[in-house]
Amino acid sequence: MANASRLRLEGVSKSFSTVRVLHGVSFEVAAGEVLGIVGENGSGKSTTMNIIAGVLAPDEGTMTLDGREFTPTNRRAAEKAGIAFIQQELTIFPNLSVEENLLLGRAPRLSAALPFISQKQRRVRAMELLRAVGLEVNPGTPASRLSTGERQLLEIARGLSIDARVMIFDEPTTSLTNKETERLFTQIDRLKASGLAILYVSHMLNDILQLSDKLLVMRDGRVIFHGPKADMTQERLIVAMVGRTIDALFPPSRETVAKREENPLLELRGVSELEIVEDIHLKVSAGEIVGISGLMGSGRSELARIIFGLDPHQQGHITAKGTSLTSGDLGARLHSGMAFLTEDRRHEGLMMDASAAENMALAALPLFSSSVYTRLRTAALKAALQEMAGMLRLKCDDIETSPVRSLSGGNQQKIVIGRWLLCRPKLLILDEPTRGVDVGAKEEIYALLAALVAQGKGILVISSEIEELTGLCDRILVMHRGCIVSEFSRAEFNQKKILSAAFGRMEAI
Amino acid sequence: MTIKSIVQILTRILRWSPLLFLGIVAIIFAGLSPRFFTIGNIQAILVQSSWLAIVALGMNFVLLTAGVDLSVGATMYLAAVAVSLIVPAAPIWIVVLVAALVGAIFGGANGLFVVRLGIPPFVATLATAFVGRGLGLFFSANHVLNAGDHLAAVGREFWLGVPVVIWFAVAGALVSLTLMRALEFGSFVRAIGADHEGARRAGVPITRVTWSVYVLAGAFAGIGGLISLAQTASVSPAFGLNAEFLAIAAAVLGGTSLFGGRGSVWGPIVGVVLITTVQDGMALINANPYAYPVTTGIVIFIAVALDSLRSRLNTRVERKRIRVVEPVSA
Repeated sequence: MANASRLRLEGVSKSFSTVRVLHGVSFEVAAGEVLGIVGENGSGKSTTMNIIAGVLAPDEGTMTLDGREFTPTNRRAAEKAGIAFIQQELTIFPNLSVEENLLLGRAPRLSAALPFISQKQRRVRAMELLRAVGLEVNPGTPASRLSTGERQLLEIARGLSIDARVMIFDEPTTSLTNKETERLFTQIDRLKASGLAILYVSHMLNDILQLSDKLLVMRDGRVIFHGPKADMTQERLIVAMVGRTIDALFPPSRETVAKREENPLLELRGVSELEIVEDIHLKVSAGEIVGISGLMGSGRSELARIIFGLDPHQQGHITAKGTSLTSGDLGARLHSGMAFLTEDRRHEGLMMDASAAENMALAALPLFSSSVYTRLRTAALKAALQEMAGMLRLKCDDIETSPVRSLSGGNQQKIVIGRWLLCRPKLLILDEPTRGVDVGAKEEIYALLAALVAQGKGILVISSEIEELTGLCDRILVMHRGCIVSEFSRAEFNQKKILSAAFGRMEAI
Repeated sequence: MTIKSIVQILTRILRWSPLLFLGIVAIIFAGLSPRFFTIGNIQAILVQSSWLAIVALGMNFVLLTAGVDLSVGATMYLAAVAVSLIVPAAPIWIVVLVAALVGAIFGGANGLFVVRLGIPPFVATLATAFVGRGLGLFFSANHVLNAGDHLAAVGREFWLGVPVVIWFAVAGALVSLTLMRALEFGSFVRAIGADHEGARRAGVPITRVTWSVYVLAGAFAGIGGLISLAQTASVSPAFGLNAEFLAIAAAVLGGTSLFGGRGSVWGPIVGVVLITTVQDGMALINANPYAYPVTTGIVIFIAVALDSLRSRLNTRVERKRIRVVEPVSA
């Protein structure tokens, strides 16, 4: 059925500052069809979906919806045109009730002429939508009482409330239980039968193969495969997803120099925090890179925050070189030579309008002055900053005047790394160190990390790119729903096995 | 008992803390003075509360969007000067209209700076506060203006056995309640306060709503100024001075968060009554007048401390959960 395409993209391209993230993406989806979209993190899936939903504007290329040109200027315009976007990043307002969230801006009115809400009709409509996704809560409860999975269902219900022609699901099942997922799939089948075009983005290859009529595989901002599901298997999908030759990107593989130490740089024994992580054991010794893999929402970033003392933990022990670190004591961690690069450098890491030098100097200022009230040893600081800029191969006209905002993502990331390196840390915790960084800068960052461990530092790196971890690490721990589910040593590295462990399936795909 | 359930119980208690706090203060003063729990005194407290209640209800909208309006005191002054000069003898409904209009225009200017020019509300309204007071001083030529007799009468008269000024406060509360509960405006305001960027993505008309809250704060402050004028019967250059801080304190005491998104309509009213009760009680026990500002300061301090405790508990409750315990029933 359905020959005419409902939504068609032709040659859509997009760049963020200097980094090109989409290179002429073209595909189409027909009414009554499910297009499964797969690709690694950073392959451009989310950017493409954001362009369709009107959140981002394409630099080049055209979109047509039911044969007519489609250029949404914002999310609202796209919704009016019939695009429902169910996002992975939830936009649930915790201070609003479930029904307010569901029908925000679209609440039924008492009469067409007056703006008064019909509480009764809203309640009825909300109940219908909640029943459709199988979320059994009172529509009047504050959304803050919902669990992550329930919020995801709420987000889906909100998508259903839009009178849509195209529905985009971006990783809708990451926090759902099996039962909830099944119910969602029944709902998707029903929507498909009613003539909607569905774009389904997911890392869950089984789901994709089960649901889709056609497949789209993306890699590095390009479409690698677009066609009927036919004889695609999980094997072939994974090959298409990760198929690039990547050997050149990583430093030559090193001998593991780490020794089994009595007192490792970092040790976690049975660390737990209610509803966040459970019974985490891990060790990082001098001279090794340990990786943590896992899907978004698996608790990897939360674990990093607990280790660094930004969030508390209830049970278990964290020690650095044998010294016990109490829950939430950031100062003790800094003192023990620990450094942490957050995944969100724009909000948590960098002062965008300050210069590279100011940003890098920030954490190291105490080293260049004997107390808060004495003068800073400016000359020594300047020299150290210049040396660091050279070591990082920072591409920046003048590190003391150009604002960080004007630099590329890769150079911004180098500055955050430089800030912590100036403090001469013993242990570095890096959360997504190469997110939004172009390939050239990635290579330089990898080389830098290899050099650092060669000097005897320890590194704990969290990444959603498995190839990054297999290229860099001595050991990889895989997290799934707040637990470490398996550990791989360098000899056992296998992208497929790591990926399936991250999905919570222990058997090989 | 798990930590989680303790947190939940605490959050629930804190929700009712404004009333609880008011009850405690009332009981203390009742113990200190036999005249406290008399109908006359309670009515006096409500009458004294009414103007501030109206101003605080307007401020409440702005606070809910995570903004602030430091110019409401100046708006009160400007509106009071305007009605004294422009419509000294007009019928009362025209006077009310003029006061609201002057306030709304002033609030509209605040909204312009915040929405169109992107100036942080704190700075924008701090500047307009000085401008407003300056304009008021200019038009009144630095004189004390007296309210007309019919206006002063509003401050004394009763309707259905209840002082008219209290009816004004009740009307303000009803308008607030309608905007916050019966219209989508309320959901929009709280959505913006909780997550500005998220609200934009969810398609909330941010510009229009943000502008409206400043216009509302201005209009409410204008009427609050009028009621205060009816009670004091004259406008001195210090009229409405520091009213913005009392209004903010009252809203926060009533559970409105300075971080935005959280608050009710009844909360600020309870907050205002609480502040007035403290002042009234101090007078009843013949406390040293110099102790009034100190006590008010302590009350405000407690309010802000409560707010940060509340928001800290909320971040705990709202933290992302990764290990969702699957329901046992299958």
